[in-house]
Amino acid sequence: MSGWCGAALPILLLLPLGGALLLLVAGRRVERVAVRFGVAVQSIGLVTALVLLAGFDTDRSDVMQFRVDYRWVPQLDLSVSLGVDGISLPLVVLTSLLGLLTMVYTLRYPPAAGHPRAFVGLLLLLQTGMLGTFVALDLILFFLLFEVVLAPMWFLIAYWGQGERRTAANVFILYTVLGSVVMLMGFLYVWSVTGTTDMVILAQLHGAGLSSSAQLLAVILIGVGLAVKAPMWPLHSWLPDAHTAAPTVGSVLLAGVLLKMGTYGMVRIALPTLPDGAITVAPYLGALAVIGILYGAWASYAQTDLKRLIAFSSVGHMGFVLLGIASLDSVGVNGALFGNIAHGLITGLLFFVVGGIKERTQTTDLAQLPRGLYQRAPRLGFVFGFACIASLGLPGLAGFWGEFLALVGAYSPTVSDRYLFRALMVLAAFGMVLTAAYFLRVLRRVGQGEPDPLPMRDLTETEAASWMPLAGLILVLGLLPGLLLNLTNPAVERVLSDSANTVDVRS
Amino acid sequence: MTIQSVDFVALLPALIVAGGALLVLVADLFLARGPIVPGVLAVLVSLGGLAVLPGTSGRETLCIGEYCTYSVREITLSFQGITLVATATVALVSIVVVKDLAIPAGEHFFLILCSATGALVVPATTDFVSLVIALELVSLPTFALIGLHSGDRRAGEAALKAFLFSVTSVAVSLYGIALLYGSIGAEVQGTMSYRAIFVATSQVDPTPVAVAGLVLLLAVIGFKISAIPFQAWAPDSYEGAPIPVAAYLSVVSKVAGFGALVFVAVSFQPWSQVWTPVVALAAAVTMVVANAAALRQRGAVRLLAWSSIAQAGYVMVPLAAFASGANVGPNLIAVVGYLAAYTAMNLGAFAVVAVVARDRPRARIADFTGLAWRSPWLGISLAFFLACLAGLPPGVIGLLVKVQVIAVPIASGAWWLAAAMAVGTVIGLYYYLSWAALLFQRPVRGEIEGLTRPGGGAIKIAVAAMLAVTVTISVVPTLAMGLLENV
Repeated sequence: MSGWCGAALPILLLLPLGGALLLLVAGRRVERVAVRFGVAVQSIGLVTALVLLAGFDTDRSDVMQFRVDYRWVPQLDLSVSLGVDGISLPLVVLTSLLGLLTMVYTLRYPPAAGHPRAFVGLLLLLQTGMLGTFVALDLILFFLLFEVVLAPMWFLIAYWGQGERRTAANVFILYTVLGSVVMLMGFLYVWSVTGTTDMVILAQLHGAGLSSSAQLLAVILIGVGLAVKAPMWPLHSWLPDAHTAAPTVGSVLLAGVLLKMGTYGMVRIALPTLPDGAITVAPYLGALAVIGILYGAWASYAQTDLKRLIAFSSVGHMGFVLLGIASLDSVGVNGALFGNIAHGLITGLLFFVVGGIKERTQTTDLAQLPRGLYQRAPRLGFVFGFACIASLGLPGLAGFWGEFLALVGAYSPTVSDRYLFRALMVLAAFGMVLTAAYFLRVLRRVGQGEPDPLPMRDLTETEAASWMPLAGLILVLGLLPGLLLNLTNPAVERVLSDSANTVDVRS
Repeated sequence: MTIQSVDFVALLPALIVAGGALLVLVADLFLARGPIVPGVLAVLVSLGGLAVLPGTSGRETLCIGEYCTYSVREITLSFQGITLVATATVALVSIVVVKDLAIPAGEHFFLILCSATGALVVPATTDFVSLVIALELVSLPTFALIGLHSGDRRAGEAALKAFLFSVTSVAVSLYGIALLYGSIGAEVQGTMSYRAIFVATSQVDPTPVAVAGLVLLLAVIGFKISAIPFQAWAPDSYEGAPIPVAAYLSVVSKVAGFGALVFVAVSFQPWSQVWTPVVALAAAVTMVVANAAALRQRGAVRLLAWSSIAQAGYVMVPLAAFASGANVGPNLIAVVGYLAAYTAMNLGAFAVVAVVARDRPRARIADFTGLAWRSPWLGISLAFFLACLAGLPPGVIGLLVKVQVIAVPIASGAWWLAAAMAVGTVIGLYYYLSWAALLFQRPVRGEIEGLTRPGGGAIKIAVAAMLAVTVTISVVPTLAMGLLENV
């Protein structure tokens, strides 16, 4: 490992943090250049992430690479322990990409409530927290970075949002903090029993030293915290309000990255560290996931607001991710990770496009939205249609693979309740159909119909620049899912390897 | 049985501060009346005490035979360090406030240094008699400090309230010590030192009388740290007192109280099954109820008063998780770590409130609307202190010390206590955040003016110092969280 390997991850995390501090210190005189500065910082960030991708040894994607280990707070066994493997690397790249795209979007559409310096500073702080969560390899550090995103997102919603933004922001933060405090209790319990907070060592121990009942307690505590974030039905109720109230870039990052922190945590921490506990709770998680899928689809169908509809559809999509995790099967977990990325790209794009529509029509109410988008703004209409079709899981686009693999995983779960999971699989497949139904309804409502006579601006260059990378990746990953699966699979095998053994011993 | 010799070096920090108190009084008599001279003197004296602190490490004095009444241990040094830093900060804030409110300056700083002397002695005492005397030395000057502000009708009432509560709880605790002495006096052979009590309580089981005595003793400490149900005086007294005095009560007086609680906990560790349920219950109720009460406050000082009650609840948690025969090192490290961090973030918040209160004497929470626009650094500093108190990043140190504290009951299996702390923290988040949010709200036209009163440089130095401390310990948390190990 050469010198720059150790520096890559610290640079990735400290760059946005340093940028945010610089904006804070610089004062009001930099107000005008703040967004351009943000674009510059996020560009360097994305380049760093791509260098990481290029320097990543794909043959050893099950091994943590670019390791950093600095003992920070010995009293808590807290180390700044960082690294990426095939599970976290795609999320790091996705986060860096969305970070840059949201900033580019802000360049063209500055925040309506003004104060671009504060806005950009908060986005940068958010970026540090999001990236940090995906590369942290210490339980307490993971928790700390998990919390870092809360205050910036709260301010983004409460000050630059719309409608009942303050209430939505409060519900978001209180709900998530309650969840993460419970998660912290789980972490500290694991620490007190095993004597370590190092996620790599804990994964190697693979539950050794933790009795089944201890694992069950820990997995419930940790799982609740992560499930709030994911969000899992019935802990999802903060999400629709937060999404509806958040400004466009807030929604994009909320759906594109923040939700993934929950499911990522399950794969990174719960599965390898608490295998027995995971086996016990898997059927319940699977059942709740499927309820989430059906509920999300059913609730989406009933929505009259476009942003709210996409928010509820996220509950459904994340249900597939959770179902894949619950299968504890390598195909299912790979599908879950694929679904994470796909949902980040697709829903990110959807929120961008809806934000663009709102810019033009000042509304996201389905009943008030002027009809005939295809005719009035053909290119904008095309992107909107593309995003909706991708979201409903059309084969050939990225959204398909995550859900398909999750279903395959549920068909052959690595747990004893095979029939339960097959039943769940059937119900989840039905959920896919429902998803198609409501998205087609939206397309017909917004895209088709007698066009409103008023002119409407078509896709602008900034919009194209900030949306096309997402659309392109949706297509590429849809056609070549192996690109991503080859990266995640070895790491997933490692996460699950010994848990499969545990089952063999039991059966 | 004679006192052979006095090691003045061991006593030096307390002597410097006590001497400083007299010097302040003399200077006030002969030099020009005004807050600058006594105030600066008080700051220098506190910092001087801090400077000589390392040299006192490990010394013992005032010995009778084998037992020494005054001994400087690790925990002594960390408590004294916190006390001295806090006293210096309070003195800085006082320089401005004393002038604004026309409080007699000499008396004010004299009383503060007197009380601080007591707070320095508390963590060094090794027996109950000196402990009670030292605690009284902390308390008595504070009643006068609260009441010195003659311009405010509430001040007298506040002072009286604190006085009555204190006197009652001292009487109760003396009764408790008498009961304890009656029941284990034979075993400890006359010296109520913590080592003797530890040995004695390891050998005999608690009698009902001893239990009653122990619980009564906890009453006076409950008053000092204003734990529920002994909190009732705090919000009124804080509100009636000048703001630096409220800050002093919420930090120095509280730290002294925790010095006493640690003393009791360490002495009676073998009987921990008797008293930990009491402390645990008080801690749990304090964390939940005080945070809930803080939700309803409209005045900044009252809110900080309830918040400091709640924060004391967090500090009690590691002590409530004492177990006989267990290594209590991590518990004490957590207590000291939390107190160190709390001192910096709480004094910082009080200092900003003191600045705002110069223009808006009532210092309602609503008066802080848009502070970050009017004076960005004050607003951002206060937001950071509140984030620390809430335990929400970027207030990293506030989060980490909470993790350190909650880890203790989880390791010992006291889940309900950890759950109470979790609930309290989440409630707390709401009011700290609401306040912080207000700072960034664009003020309505006409509200933007304000903070026009010139001067106040000393308070701003205090704010900057506390900001520097909180940021430093957020980056290098070991400085606070490992204070007990590293001194």
